[in-house]
Amino acid sequence: MVHPSSPEALQPPRASLPEKLVSWGLWLGFGLLLALSFKGAQMGDLPLLIQKWQNTRAYLNDYLHPDFSDANTVAYYIQQMWITIQVAIWGTLMSVGLAIPFALLCSNNVVPAWIRFPTRRLMDLLRAVNEVVLGTAFLVAVGLGPLAGVLALAVHNTGVLAKLFSEAVEAVDQPPIEGVRATGGTRLQEIVWGVIPQVAPLWTSFALYRFESSVRSATVLGLIGAGGIGYALFQNIDSFNYARVSAIALIIVAAVVLIDLTSAALRKRLV
Amino acid sequence: MPSLVDVQSLSKSFALKAQGEAPTRRFKALDNISFTMDRPQRIGLIGPSGSGKSTLLRSLSGLIVGDEGSGPLTVLGRTVQADGRLGAEVRAARADLGMVAQQFNLVGRLSLFTNAALGLLGRIPPLRGLFGLWTAEEKQRVMQALDTVGIADKASQRANTLSGGQQQRGAIARAIVQDARLLLADEPVASLDPVTARKVMELLVHLNEDRGVGVIVTLHQVDYAMKYCDRILALKDGKIVYDGPADGLSADHLSEIYGPEIEQAYWRDPS
Repeated sequence: MVHPSSPEALQPPRASLPEKLVSWGLWLGFGLLLALSFKGAQMGDLPLLIQKWQNTRAYLNDYLHPDFSDANTVAYYIQQMWITIQVAIWGTLMSVGLAIPFALLCSNNVVPAWIRFPTRRLMDLLRAVNEVVLGTAFLVAVGLGPLAGVLALAVHNTGVLAKLFSEAVEAVDQPPIEGVRATGGTRLQEIVWGVIPQVAPLWTSFALYRFESSVRSATVLGLIGAGGIGYALFQNIDSFNYARVSAIALIIVAAVVLIDLTSAALRKRLV
Repeated sequence: MPSLVDVQSLSKSFALKAQGEAPTRRFKALDNISFTMDRPQRIGLIGPSGSGKSTLLRSLSGLIVGDEGSGPLTVLGRTVQADGRLGAEVRAARADLGMVAQQFNLVGRLSLFTNAALGLLGRIPPLRGLFGLWTAEEKQRVMQALDTVGIADKASQRANTLSGGQQQRGAIARAIVQDARLLLADEPVASLDPVTARKVMELLVHLNEDRGVGVIVTLHQVDYAMKYCDRILALKDGKIVYDGPADGLSADHLSEIYGPEIEQAYWRDPS
């Protein structure tokens, strides 16, 4: 079926003047923002990085000889690294458990705006507070040790995962959910049978991704006394024992790379 | 004995928000529709694209709610909706309604068995349905339904690994498990090859003749509607323009319904 069309009808769509102005305005605003933050971020001093390269070299030189001489110490570091990983495991697991209900309460295809809005703001708050700040607060509550780290990771990651999980929920296909609804299922049954099977692989992938970054965060949490390899790292930095610091850094890098590779392989299979 | 379906003065309009048009303009998808089905029939809903077939079908299960002022829409005496609101008994009404859609509405990552078992949701206690705790007898019923549609051997396969025709039969099996008294099928053969399409249509005839299930099916292909249905409801611009026996539908009726696009309404069955 062919309708003869006039040349006007065959004109490709073109942006109108107001649309163009908005687009230019956005680019101009972005440029201004970059210019304004140039001074605040001390970007003018960037050449120092090259001018003072010898200082950097002298510092890094100490790191070139990692000290793995004492087997007992190395075993201790590996054991501490394992503690850090355990902190990340429990921190992530707790956050997944908390993020699932919160994610559903953040999703526009599940709950009305009056529930969604306050829940989203609460999640923003959890996300906004850094793990180290949360860790210091939990150190006061439960004392020095890995538990404070677990709790800090759990709270911060709940905010992050709830957002990621809810974005997945908002992108689900509607027909399978309607299929469940059409059988006379309840609202909760629609979620359990229609929504969750659709988002499960993506949720698992997000959780694994957060686990990877939790291992890195848990290392930093050790610096403030929440146990694990970070604490050992901090002690050696304090005593200027850079050869040990270098050994610990290598153990961390090896563990993180191993976990990232395993997790990435798992995520690839899931999605 | 209440009517299987009773629709009184159902209207539905949608807001149009196309570019360059005022968002207040409304498009009337259904315009004062009334009809009843007193005994289990096979009603073929026909009409050109955009005539309101799917809107009418989805309104019957309360997936679309009509405009304010629409009369009551009841299924087996239970009010699905009235005056632009879902009725209090809509879930009970849905339990009696089987829904089969063009895109099958199965949950892709669940097994065919679980998908068919979801037909039980409206019939069993909500908590049991939530956790999928089917009894041995119910499991047997699901397998029998899958056997009726000829795909019992695929029970453990994920729905998204099945062919279009198998998925469509899965959706019909779900309606059988549901023990639906009325089956609503929205373009059930639109994405199937002619041979599979014929099998699916024959299954609908079997459910109607041997099990006393009322069937309302939207079809793009007039010849299918005339071959497999005993009553035709033709829609044009949201209004019923023909309601009568399939064999009473004349070429004049068809050219009035479809206008110059009549040729596209035929899908020559190779049989």
